[in-house]
Amino acid sequence: MYEHDVIVVGAGGAGLRAAVAADEAGADVALVSKLHPVRSHTGAAEGGINAALQEGDDWELHAYDTMKGSDYLGDAPAVETLAKDAPEDTIRLEHWGMPFSREEDGRVSQRPFGGLSYPRTTYAGAETGHHLLHVMYEQVVKRGIQVYDEWYVMDLATTDEDDPNDRECHGVVAYDVQSGKIEGFKANQGVVLATGGPGQAFDHTTNAVSCTGDGHAMAYRAGAPLEDMEFIQFHPTSLPSTGVLISEGVRGEGGILYNNEGERFMFEYGYANNSGELASRDVVARAELTEVNEGRGVNDEYVHLDMRHLGEERIMDRLENILHLAEDFEGVDGLVEPMPVKPGQHYAMGGIETDENGQTCIDGLYAAGECACVSVHGGNRLGGNALPELIVFGKRAGYHAAGKDLGDARIKTGYGDDVEDETDADLPVEPGASGLDTSGGVAADGGVTADAEGVLERTVEQTREHIDYLIEKDDGVQHAEIRSKLQKAMTDYVNVFRTEEGIKKALKIIRECREEYQDVYVADPSRTFNTDLQQTIETRNLIDVAETIALGALVRNEFRGAHWRQENQIRDDENWLKHTLISWDDGEPSIFYRPVILEGEDKTYEPKVRSY
Amino acid sequence: MSTQQQKPETQESPEDPEMKGAESPQQERLKEKESGMVDERSADESELDGETVHIKVFRYDPEVADKQEPRFDDFHVPFKKGMTVLDAVMYARDTYDSSLTFRHSCRQAVCGSDAFFVNGKQRLGCKTQISELEHPVRIEPLPHQEVVKDLVVDMDHFYDQMHAVEPYFQNEDTPDASDLEEQRQSRENREKVKMSTRCIWCASCMSSCNIAAGDNEYLGPAAINKAYRFAMDDREGDEIKEHRLRILEQEHGVWRCQTQFSCTEVCPKDIPLTEHIQELKREAVKKNLKFW
Repeated sequence: MYEHDVIVVGAGGAGLRAAVAADEAGADVALVSKLHPVRSHTGAAEGGINAALQEGDDWELHAYDTMKGSDYLGDAPAVETLAKDAPEDTIRLEHWGMPFSREEDGRVSQRPFGGLSYPRTTYAGAETGHHLLHVMYEQVVKRGIQVYDEWYVMDLATTDEDDPNDRECHGVVAYDVQSGKIEGFKANQGVVLATGGPGQAFDHTTNAVSCTGDGHAMAYRAGAPLEDMEFIQFHPTSLPSTGVLISEGVRGEGGILYNNEGERFMFEYGYANNSGELASRDVVARAELTEVNEGRGVNDEYVHLDMRHLGEERIMDRLENILHLAEDFEGVDGLVEPMPVKPGQHYAMGGIETDENGQTCIDGLYAAGECACVSVHGGNRLGGNALPELIVFGKRAGYHAAGKDLGDARIKTGYGDDVEDETDADLPVEPGASGLDTSGGVAADGGVTADAEGVLERTVEQTREHIDYLIEKDDGVQHAEIRSKLQKAMTDYVNVFRTEEGIKKALKIIRECREEYQDVYVADPSRTFNTDLQQTIETRNLIDVAETIALGALVRNEFRGAHWRQENQIRDDENWLKHTLISWDDGEPSIFYRPVILEGEDKTYEPKVRSY
Repeated sequence: MSTQQQKPETQESPEDPEMKGAESPQQERLKEKESGMVDERSADESELDGETVHIKVFRYDPEVADKQEPRFDDFHVPFKKGMTVLDAVMYARDTYDSSLTFRHSCRQAVCGSDAFFVNGKQRLGCKTQISELEHPVRIEPLPHQEVVKDLVVDMDHFYDQMHAVEPYFQNEDTPDASDLEEQRQSRENREKVKMSTRCIWCASCMSSCNIAAGDNEYLGPAAINKAYRFAMDDREGDEIKEHRLRILEQEHGVWRCQTQFSCTEVCPKDIPLTEHIQELKREAVKKNLKFW
């Protein structure tokens, strides 16, 4: 058994930042990650970091833009914290050596991004995430923070009280991918989940293959609710053949979208008469697909993004990486021809419910980054707001877990008296409950084992049995089959445009996947670097996460942010200014709601029509 | 295939006097690529459409009886336009043999985990179009690194070398972050270090380097490039630069490089690694440091 004060699971931007913060606060901290830190998906972020740095801009404008962008589903205390902390945290990255793009006077450059009232996106070429990831890892090396890389965390070691709010998290159980060894990691102060997004629930995604919602699923199984999972962002500009991301920076610098008639459709068809290509992502993604659906798409599949007029010098200075991506993955020369783009799954606005200190309803369990929902992004995340989220809330979770006083949180978590009960939505199948429970859940021993070691040992034992079973079983279904069926269902039915009928079909298929998973087996008998085993467990996580996305999408019968519903195309503020919460309860998901907090420190954000 | 390529970096950045006139291998390679000469076989993709691609993949697992003796397995993968080497091995794994093991994640050339030895050259699987290769395509783990299983190599030595150059920014003299006061850096200086900051730690360069293969202690091109990234960054002061050069001029440092350019040739991010090493040698000489 390994033992540390703070255990951070996942070593992307949020995990690394959390580890550095916990180290600064004096804790003995360890990072446990299924990838080596520099392989994390933060490295693929391109655009930049929003932070009100310049004169004329201020954090209140950033907060306002973010609330508006969220379609009033962001919680004001979280949004204001993001906007207030981002400038200092961004400058700190510069102090740590981040190679930001520069102005003539040597200051960091900022550029316009969609939905922003001021050009406040700080960037390093079109590879900002790569630099952020490496700079953060450098800080971890500098501080000598212990890294367990290529250790796959499978489960949380939590106590099993009936009410999740009474549970405590004492650590995690992981296996060493290289050797297959299973170990408990005891956390004396806290566990921070920073495991990234669940993009692999969809088959056309900008996300890495490793983005399988592991943290989501572990927290969910342990009893922490997942919040606003229906809000999935589809990035308007991904390459059609691979899903590789073409940064919003292209539009920020002046890139133009055209349909097959050569029309600048954002204006021609009135999708965003003021902001055009720089409307927020949900608006642009819907516009593109509408063009395709109405027969004005190129090859009936995509639209064109043109940056040729920006000139070679500007492109090379600020968007060089985009030229390489278009060339390598689509065979297109962005200097002489427009690039094909279409919407692709990109980001999960929802995630593990936390407060503004990163804490979940389970004592000692924290979450930060894309796997968490504070919530700052509400119904739609603005471009350039993911990276500040990583550093701001990664830092806060690390500090808080290490015992630093960040003040009382205003956001509540877990089931409490401020929540509104269950939905009366008509569910097509009983989700989750299929007789057999693929989710594992909290190992029940009737609260007998109270001490941390005991809880951990019990969870290690459970994990060991689980892995032995999967490897020793010598026939059945393979995970790849189930995973691709799940991905296809999500892309077919829980995409940019959603109908009740479609979502119900998706839920039925997810249920089938859950049932097929009962018979899953790992064909590779080896304990050495068994990726077959790892992917089998990831697939289980994806089933859980996909189910919450589809369930959330089904019950939210309104149109808000990225969540478009054919049956009800208006934003229904009277009934739906609330978060959807789904928690795993005795082998099935249960749904409840919590009101959005629109009261900021000094003002209340009144919902207005979002026009761009 | 389009012929666009990036403008050679040196046209924008201040050129080193000694390199003037002579074209770097990187520039030559870019030119070759422009003229299409680099393709081993400029296959017309439509010719391949509907066909299968024959890949031969290296297999080894110390734990499994019939894989303890290294061998090649043959897979015939249906070709689709745009298919990369990574796509092909993923297809083979998901369809034919789920025990086929390799690292991969972002599939967009930034996580650096899928560097393989493909037809005798270090390449990123995700970035290599299979139609551009001679068939059958041989896919092996990176040479000069211990094989853990199939295409997975042990990266510990590579990470150790990276860590040996103190790969973190060192300037204690920064302004106060709460005043939102950043350090100033000129555009020229950023341009100078730009290529060096693009390293994705894929270890292709290290694997291609004859010297590193023969001298286990040699820092190697990736680590030296990492040191270059900081040593040439004006935000770090002169004292730190000197400290960095002392690490680099040690016996197994920059002087081990014999300017064979193999690292530069295989770098998937087009970092002029050899030039960076040469430049650091000159810096070391200027500082009157030891010459091994």
